[in-house]
Amino acid sequence: MRKVTERDDYEVVVGIEVHAELATESKVFCGCKTDFGARPNSQTCPVCLGMPGALPVLNRRALEYTIRAGLALNCSIAVRTKFDRKNYFYPDLAKGYQVSQYDIPVAHDGYIDIEVDGQPKRIRVRRVHLEEETAKLVHAGDDIISANQSLLDFNRSGIGLIEIVSDADMRSADEARAYLTKLRSILVAIGVSDCKMEEGSMRCEANVSVRLRGSKEYGTLVELKNIASFRAVHRAIQYESARQIDLVRSGGRVTRETRHWDDARGETAFMRSKEQAADYRYFPEPDLMPLEISREWVDEIKSGLPELPDARAARYAREFGLPASDAALIAESRELASFFDGVCDALAKAGAEAVDRTDGPREAAKWLVGDVSAALNASGIELSQSKLAPELLAELIGLVASGKISGKIAKSVFEEVFASGKRPGDVVRERGLVQISDAGQLAAIVQRVIEANPGPVSDYFAGKEKAITFLVGQIMKETRGRANPQETNRILREELAKRA
Amino acid sequence: MSDNINARLCHMTLHELHDMLAQGQVSSREITSDVLARIDEVEASVGAYVTVDREGALSGADAADAAIARARRVGDAAEIGAVVGIPVVLKDNVCTRGMRTTCCSKMLEDFVPTYDAAVTARLRAAGAVIVGKANMDEFAMGSTTQTSIFHVTRNPWDPERVPGGSSGGCAAAVAAGEAVAAVGSDTGGSVRQPASFCGVVGLKPTYGRVSRYGVAAFASSLDTVGPVTQDVRDCAIMLNVMAGHDERDSTSAPNAVPDYTEYVERGVEGLKIGIPKEFFGPGMDEGVRTAVERAVHALEGAGAKIVDVSIPLVEHALGVYYLVATAEASSNMARLDGIRYGHRPEGRSGMDVADLMSASRGQGFGMEVKRRIMLGTFVLSAGNIDAFYGRALRSRRLLKEDVERALAQCDCLASPTAPTVAFRFDEEPDDPLAMYLQDIYTTLANLAGVPAISVPCGFADGLPVGLQIMGRMFDEGTLMQVARAVELTSGFDRARPEVGGCVK
Amino acid sequence: MSLSREETARLADLARLSLNDDELARIAHDLAEIIDYMEKLAGIDRADVEPLSHVLNTVNVYRDDRAEPSLSQEEALANAPDRQGEFFRVPRIIDTGEGSEA
Ligand SMILES: [Mg+2]
Ligand SMILES: [Zn+2]
Repeated sequence: MRKVTERDDYEVVVGIEVHAELATESKVFCGCKTDFGARPNSQTCPVCLGMPGALPVLNRRALEYTIRAGLALNCSIAVRTKFDRKNYFYPDLAKGYQVSQYDIPVAHDGYIDIEVDGQPKRIRVRRVHLEEETAKLVHAGDDIISANQSLLDFNRSGIGLIEIVSDADMRSADEARAYLTKLRSILVAIGVSDCKMEEGSMRCEANVSVRLRGSKEYGTLVELKNIASFRAVHRAIQYESARQIDLVRSGGRVTRETRHWDDARGETAFMRSKEQAADYRYFPEPDLMPLEISREWVDEIKSGLPELPDARAARYAREFGLPASDAALIAESRELASFFDGVCDALAKAGAEAVDRTDGPREAAKWLVGDVSAALNASGIELSQSKLAPELLAELIGLVASGKISGKIAKSVFEEVFASGKRPGDVVRERGLVQISDAGQLAAIVQRVIEANPGPVSDYFAGKEKAITFLVGQIMKETRGRANPQETNRILREELAKRA
Repeated sequence: MSDNINARLCHMTLHELHDMLAQGQVSSREITSDVLARIDEVEASVGAYVTVDREGALSGADAADAAIARARRVGDAAEIGAVVGIPVVLKDNVCTRGMRTTCCSKMLEDFVPTYDAAVTARLRAAGAVIVGKANMDEFAMGSTTQTSIFHVTRNPWDPERVPGGSSGGCAAAVAAGEAVAAVGSDTGGSVRQPASFCGVVGLKPTYGRVSRYGVAAFASSLDTVGPVTQDVRDCAIMLNVMAGHDERDSTSAPNAVPDYTEYVERGVEGLKIGIPKEFFGPGMDEGVRTAVERAVHALEGAGAKIVDVSIPLVEHALGVYYLVATAEASSNMARLDGIRYGHRPEGRSGMDVADLMSASRGQGFGMEVKRRIMLGTFVLSAGNIDAFYGRALRSRRLLKEDVERALAQCDCLASPTAPTVAFRFDEEPDDPLAMYLQDIYTTLANLAGVPAISVPCGFADGLPVGLQIMGRMFDEGTLMQVARAVELTSGFDRARPEVGGCVK
Repeated sequence: MSLSREETARLADLARLSLNDDELARIAHDLAEIIDYMEKLAGIDRADVEPLSHVLNTVNVYRDDRAEPSLSQEEALANAPDRQGEFFRVPRIIDTGEGSEA
């Protein structure tokens, strides 16, 4: 299938709305816990069950996290704000209204910088507001449409939620995915949300329209719901924009509607039209007092912000000379970045003789984006769950740098370290993998191999350079790969030269 | 009126009973038993209660007696809390853990809270005996207690007349000796107007003075929780227990709580009492006017300075009130959807969840509740919200400023509580608008947030008339002073209705 | 001002109230009357006045982020009109256009 973005006569316009659950200990308006996976309806109280007479009280940290998110997304923070009620009926909504923010969000007018195919781009963030999560509906059938009955768990009801709304600044599914990836990395880096799409703690909706390239007018917008992964975002936007372009090309019209992404079928399906738009009857929440956010508090939160992914990537590139792509990849993941920092610390502490100030970190980055990522993928676990510790990787890098083992041996040592958590030095000792660099010892082996392989030796003298490779291979075979490759090569050529 | 009526425990005031309890002259069990006996005697003709918890009340009384005995043994009688062992009734929108709380609606007919309202908890902690729950207009929407799904409550002064509402059960219970004191709620006059009709004292505290936590909301920005008592001292005692900051109610005020009983006997010498001229226009019963004017005159005789003030916008109070109240109510009633609790309709096979909610609400709510939900939904709906709700909120500020200006010229404002005395059941206006006019004097205090008390000031046609005193924010103390002066000069002090099997 | 039957029915739907014909007619009539009365307010409305949502001037009322005990499962479900095990149960959900989006 041809990528929609390559259809150069039409342009895709995407805006994204994200909901992220706040990583507070208690819910936003009551003291119930927010633990994921607890028994159904075991983390509820009169407030989050919407019982008669129960009243909300704002969790200060939820507000702090919203401000923190706003600042990290380069937003302005409202000086005075408030909560509003968004009125609608749905069985997962305990009070028949959601406490949310209507006209004055906590944060507004920020941006996120993304990069797609080497092209930097700024996506504007229109607003970040604080609201409450709904209960979880479990459908007794396959899905919401075919289920005859649904079950409700109010543990999720009332968990703090930030809603982040972008402007319609994205022009492809790739950009949308990059925006989400960057947004998630920022929210995770500042610790306000764990952003696990699979647990529903981060959800997204995309507004997709298409227009003739060069047109100033926006096309009719379609809202996509039920997008449960980054991959799904990409697929859903690709599918939907292609659908709209085909529709318009064949003389049809896009209608303003909400469509449901069906991940299994890989298509969007009509859910409801915008004529049936809800009338939310927003009005100021009388049960919660207005908020005045002081400059001092904002400054304090700002100064407490950790290094954000972009700044971190830039620093990695600057300080350690990491290639931009490696730096970005590591900096975007809080886990990878803190592991990387740990390796660098350990290397610095060891003062590893042969490890240069930037060589070590560059090696660490290579390991992380290469073998480490591959091993994690293969075993399906997170870095934090693995037995690999930053000190172990640092030690391994040190062993290579000091010439104790070769890069090739290092790969096999890594496999064992990754699987067992053993110290690389111990693995090398146990398996007798210490590199042979002693010239005398190597010379003896080289002589043996030359004598045992007269054919290749004469090939070499006949000008076949490749014969050298064979002879080195034989030496490696004899030493089970422990021969120092540079030394081996040098001595072999010396010995051959003597016989020329 | 009769002298021997006061011989019964159930007719004594809270402070009289407290003194007797503290001196060991009577036990809480005796008081509680007499109140329960009184309920048996008159409830059939009054209908103040929807739930009577005999066992709970008696065991509460025994616990209080044990506490009193302990305190007396160690010589701490003076330390016995003011409401220890006192039988009280709570309006049925005040949540009581383990005791049905229905709001007198089919919607909550079987609802048993797993939590206490803040006032319930405070009263329990203070040792009060909770006798049961009082009848009310469904979800506090009404002025006659007739919208209750259970039964009507009759005015103890005349069984052919309404007790007022929505806290009609509370006022009737206190007037008839079926409870020593009561806790009601006041959103637009729901404590004061029935207190006026039943000849008892009713206070709407400053907004934020008493926690709303656990009291089913009608209109959140107007709702207050207040005491209904036999006299002003009792009112001060109950407020002492009920008032104070509650961290579970974000709108609860952190202001310190004075001892309100200290104001009761201060007299009115030197106080300036404002008479808003707009409150004395046409529409008021002549009997009410006479009683109120006489009371004002008596206050002047007691040393108060009477000044004329003006609240020019008062004629708009009712309109603003109904817009704000119904808008908030339509939202507050939304949690009553029959999903987590509440009425589940019959014959629901094949219904989807939206139909189920609509049916649950259609069957669970009475006409008045539906009417107000509809009005509130209209007021907030797209295209109307600014012209109605926005206008109401802007006008509300103007009204509050009007009230503040008037209160800057005096210490408090005096007016009738209601334009009429209790009316007959068959006099109830059919027209909802005429019915809403009952609230004309009372809604202003809710809109402005200021405290207001209704105190009996005399009779008209043999029926009690209430005087309303409205004060500055958090100045309930002045209300106690003035209300007590009214009590002393009105000749109403100690007047009790003759009802049931008591005195014929 | 008068309120059409359709408009009244739409409001009833928005408020999730099933009303019979008689109720619809009565409420349409009452609403029209009350709305007329309310429209008098137009006379005092001033655009330069800030709407009053709270009578107290308090701002910034918070609680600390501390977990407190919840209700037990049984307490949470005690008033449920319909339940299945540890869950509240509801019939089929048809998305009517107001679906939860949080
Ligand atoms: Mg939202
Ligand atoms: Zn809770």
